Amino acid sequence: MTRDMAFFEFLCRMGDNTLVLGHRVSEWCGHAPVLEEDIALANTALDLIGQTQMWLGLAGEVEGEGRSADDLAMLRDAWDFRNVLLAEQPNGDFGQTMMRQYLFDQAHVLLLQKLAGSSDERVAGIAAKAVKEVAYHVERSRDTVIGLGDGTSESHRRMQAALDLLWPYAGEMFTDDEVSGIMAGEGIAPEPSSLRAAWDAAVQETMSEATLVIPDSDFAHAGGKTGFRHSEHLGHMLTQMQWLQRAYPGARW
Amino acid sequence: MYAQMIKSEATQEDPEKLAAFQARIDAGEKIEPKDWMPLGYRKTLIRQIGQHAHSEIVGQLPEGNWITRAPTLERKAILLAKVQDEAGHGLYLYCAAETLGVTRDEITEMLLDGRMKYSSIFNYPTLTWADMGAVGWLVDGAAIMNQVPLQRTSFGPYSRAMIRICKEESFHQRQGYDIMMKMASGTPAQKKMAQDALNRFWYPSLMMFGPSDKESVHSEQSMAWKIKMNTNDELRQKFVDQTVPQAEYLGLTVPDENLKWNEETGHYDFSQPDWSEFFDVLKGNGPCNRERLAARNKAWDDGKWVRDGLLAHAEKKAARKVAAE
Repeated sequence: MTRDMAFFEFLCRMGDNTLVLGHRVSEWCGHAPVLEEDIALANTALDLIGQTQMWLGLAGEVEGEGRSADDLAMLRDAWDFRNVLLAEQPNGDFGQTMMRQYLFDQAHVLLLQKLAGSSDERVAGIAAKAVKEVAYHVERSRDTVIGLGDGTSESHRRMQAALDLLWPYAGEMFTDDEVSGIMAGEGIAPEPSSLRAAWDAAVQETMSEATLVIPDSDFAHAGGKTGFRHSEHLGHMLTQMQWLQRAYPGARW
Repeated sequence: MYAQMIKSEATQEDPEKLAAFQARIDAGEKIEPKDWMPLGYRKTLIRQIGQHAHSEIVGQLPEGNWITRAPTLERKAILLAKVQDEAGHGLYLYCAAETLGVTRDEITEMLLDGRMKYSSIFNYPTLTWADMGAVGWLVDGAAIMNQVPLQRTSFGPYSRAMIRICKEESFHQRQGYDIMMKMASGTPAQKKMAQDALNRFWYPSLMMFGPSDKESVHSEQSMAWKIKMNTNDELRQKFVDQTVPQAEYLGLTVPDENLKWNEETGHYDFSQPDWSEFFDVLKGNGPCNRERLAARNKAWDDGKWVRDGLLAHAEKKAARKVAAE
């Protein structure tokens, strides 16, 4: 694998995570438990879609085949998506949505902090902007997980169920492979495994404050960020997200 | 968004106090929450501001319907920002209503069980992407017509909320028109979508101003109190006069055979919407009344455990803080 191929893969991983998760969060619009949450969810989705424009824009540039961020978002099929499986998991109830968000945000913020010092100035620039937004995301998702974990017996039960359900999808965020090896060698991005200890510590602290128990298993599903085997959920998301571009090819919107 | 068919409450209070109150309004003073006010003024405002707030909240649904299908990342971001603004408008308005002595939860319950209304326009479906353009252009356009004068309304918190809201609404209207321009100058299929959206949203937009209120006693009282600033017919005419040239610029046809510029009056002549449809929608028989209210009820019911959980946590946290001190 050449450096540019690995770089393109890496950028798709970044952009597809924010695209797919942003899309999922946007599905809540108008249906949140309380008005402030409607506003906060829309805001989170908006930040993630904005970051997608930057990551996939750069991916198209690095690829050099004239594809725009929109082309990458709207005209690739599921096997070309490089998001982790966690991001494409369905919203479930509000607790499941916020647990997914927290597990992701906590890894996202640690990664972006490192990327802000990337040897590639464009990556460093995007990360420096995104990290400010994501610092807020993690503060909010952390507070919500704690609040609902520690809240009533029902909210506690639901949050524990969400953690149990999503835990096997967290590990994929920290696996290394050829792409990450090349990125680390070039000083563009850290090896994902190097972020695990800090993530574990932060998550442990949060769950303990939330009175939730982390499952005693390090089993991790894989196949999202390599594109080898996504879940069935992604295809359904794409049929909706890509519908207009697919139904009216070449139209400008 | 806006409020429709608000009947002002009759007031039976000390004539001297009422006269002094009216004098303040006539002098252009703002009434603030702690000031004395007639019960009718208070009740009418709660209903009007509450309905306006509910419209912002329910109004998220027809646009939220297209967020997951927005055709580009930029359009998706713009639509998300717009819907987020609307939720924010709901929040300012609920706060303004709370200064009159009702809680947000109380009036939310009244929306959910049908005792309070929201704007009927949101009971129409959004069927194509062009509807995102038409909603911004026509629906927000009509809302702005209603809201700009309300920036000068006599109740301070409402007036201040309107000033903030109007700034954002005019941005929304421009975004909507921008979508329409892209569609109207796009492929034949896009142009067809744009015309179809105008066909479906034209008369419901005219209905947003409410039926003619020339002889309405309620309107007279609300106008004296500066809760209502113009008659429904004045605002509707203004909307038509502003919108017709915009439709012409887009190369779209307003679905009204009687639409004609009248040299004498300096305004367009136009057909009235079908008011029986308006009253049907108001009674709950619009195309989406059931879905909209069911969606809001579901969000509220499904969210109960979240609200309860966060409240319980806040109480525990406060208790722990007290225990530690």
